[in-house]
Amino acid sequence: MKPLIDVQRRLLLGGSAAGLLLGALPGLAFAKADAANPPRRVVVAGGALTEVVYALDAGAVLIGADTTSTYPAAAQALPKMGYQRALSAEGVLSLHPDLLLASADAGPPATLQQIAAAGVRVIRLGERHDVNTVREKITGVAAALELAARGKTLLQRFDSDWEAALAAVQKQRPAKAPRVLFILSNSGTQAMVAGQETAADAMIRYAGAINATSADGKGFKGYKPLTAESAVNCAPDILMIASESLAAIGGMERLLASPGLSLTPAARNRRVVAGMDSLLLLGFGPRLPQALTQLSAQLYG
Amino acid sequence: MSTLFPTVLSGPAPAVRAPELLRKGRQRMVLAGLSLLLVLTTLLCAALGAYQIDPWRIPLLLWPGELSMADAQTRAVLLDIRLPRVLLAILVGCGFGAAGSAMQALFRNPLADPGLIGVSSGAALGAALTIVLGTTLWPDALRVAGIYAPMLAAFIGALAVAMLVYRIAAARGRLALPLLLLAGIAINAIVGAAIGLLIYVASDDQLRTLTFWNLGSLAGAQWSLLAVATPVVVFSIAALARHSAALNAMLLGEAEAMHLGVPVQAIKRQVLIASALCVGALVACTGAIGFIGLVAPHCIRLVCGPDQRVVLPGALLFGAVLTLAADLIARTVAAPVEMPLGILTALLGGPFFMVLLWRRRGQLGL
Repeated sequence: MKPLIDVQRRLLLGGSAAGLLLGALPGLAFAKADAANPPRRVVVAGGALTEVVYALDAGAVLIGADTTSTYPAAAQALPKMGYQRALSAEGVLSLHPDLLLASADAGPPATLQQIAAAGVRVIRLGERHDVNTVREKITGVAAALELAARGKTLLQRFDSDWEAALAAVQKQRPAKAPRVLFILSNSGTQAMVAGQETAADAMIRYAGAINATSADGKGFKGYKPLTAESAVNCAPDILMIASESLAAIGGMERLLASPGLSLTPAARNRRVVAGMDSLLLLGFGPRLPQALTQLSAQLYG
Repeated sequence: MSTLFPTVLSGPAPAVRAPELLRKGRQRMVLAGLSLLLVLTTLLCAALGAYQIDPWRIPLLLWPGELSMADAQTRAVLLDIRLPRVLLAILVGCGFGAAGSAMQALFRNPLADPGLIGVSSGAALGAALTIVLGTTLWPDALRVAGIYAPMLAAFIGALAVAMLVYRIAAARGRLALPLLLLAGIAINAIVGAAIGLLIYVASDDQLRTLTFWNLGSLAGAQWSLLAVATPVVVFSIAALARHSAALNAMLLGEAEAMHLGVPVQAIKRQVLIASALCVGALVACTGAIGFIGLVAPHCIRLVCGPDQRVVLPGALLFGAVLTLAADLIARTVAAPVEMPLGILTALLGGPFFMVLLWRRRGQLGL
């Protein structure tokens, strides 16, 4: 291992492009060496992964988290490493972690490479928005923290909670699935609506409803700005919005009065689901069953 | 020709007057002072950072040989993260300083900036295209280039715009500077619209990547990147420095310079291409970092006068000092979080630009 570092150093000092490839090697070597004893100093980039760590009752090993880690309250007291997509290599390393748990969104890629090259194990988890990804997050984090037994227990509890949540959805959902429009507004000025392949779309489908933006066989991927006419066109029965977004827009009345939305069935019947924050609703963490239960209760209650 | 314009072109005048002598002394002092300042700033930036390293242990860490696990990590931080970053900061400062001073001399306008003719925008468009449409447009190239794809695309974008602007403004070996400026404005507008369009179609992730790229940062510094960028920048700076005396002559006016035997058209072309190469390579490495190329040469000109043979090396050194200092603030002030460098240079550069405009009001007839 030691000679490896020297070889790498010389190559990199020479400025050779091959040095970059070698840069990954010490990281791997360290990872193998570390596998014998569990990591003691862990940093997390990604709110859902932070939740998993706490759900495993392993919060004590955390020494830093990113700004998306807002739950549970203890996570907010951790030293903040900045936004998960804009991590700083030296900043993360200054906390002297031996493990970085990173979401699929975490980056930039060069920074993660540098952190790995400095001997920190980097584990990336969670690519998609579905139940299996959450299960992968739980087993992945448990394996990384060498808490496989606790991971198994947590996974069992998660699975049974999920079954219960799905069963509740089955019982509550009406014969005709409602059309739901998810609205995202970080600043309160330009609202966006969720298309396919978004966390919001997945939640709407798990709840047995229809995403109003892709109801008629068309639709788009990702988020698009909300235009007044297309809002009317979508004709949502229910509006869905995270509590932060609702606050940014300025409350329920403002939302229902916004151009286009005011003409939808949802606004006429004042049907808005707004009781959850975005980490709970869209985070795809261990609280997913809870989020689905709440969503279903608010959609059909 | 050296007998006609001795002080402007080359060599000392036969009879140097006292103020001239004073100015020469001051110029030499400023350049020496800046060199010393650059060395000190470099050492400071290498020693300080979010990751605490005892400065006195640095020689020991750099000495090849066995180290404990913790020391090996410290060495990795020092050698693979901080050192390339410090060197990239110097490269960026030198490159923007040199390109800025050459452009200001070429356009005979102290407010000229490498971004003026659209080269920086071209680079930004290249990067934005790759970030947003890369996976659909050129997936194979992405697989090969990996994380360097936006940088490569930025460089290609910068060169493409430079060539386009040049095609518009040049014919039969002549280059019309006003046309070049106007073409630059048009390109900036088109690129602005194109990037706006890309922002509109971008997915959430791409949008955020794009935003951070536009803020500019030296965080991407790696040895392999430096190995590619350094030769380009050094070559460009050498090309710009070679024409310092000729640019001095051109400050008198193009016709006058031509009568002095300066190959005006060739020099305009070479300065333009060298600046585009330099700025393109740097913007590709770091994203958009503004104002260094404007501020550094101007400060030197205020202190030392407009002699390009002094302004260029001065701007080079001062640009490097400025960038190093700004990056040191960017990576330490909010550690372990990092501030985008582009924000800092704009925060420092913007007010400076305003003061500059205020002071020049007199010359503009106010």
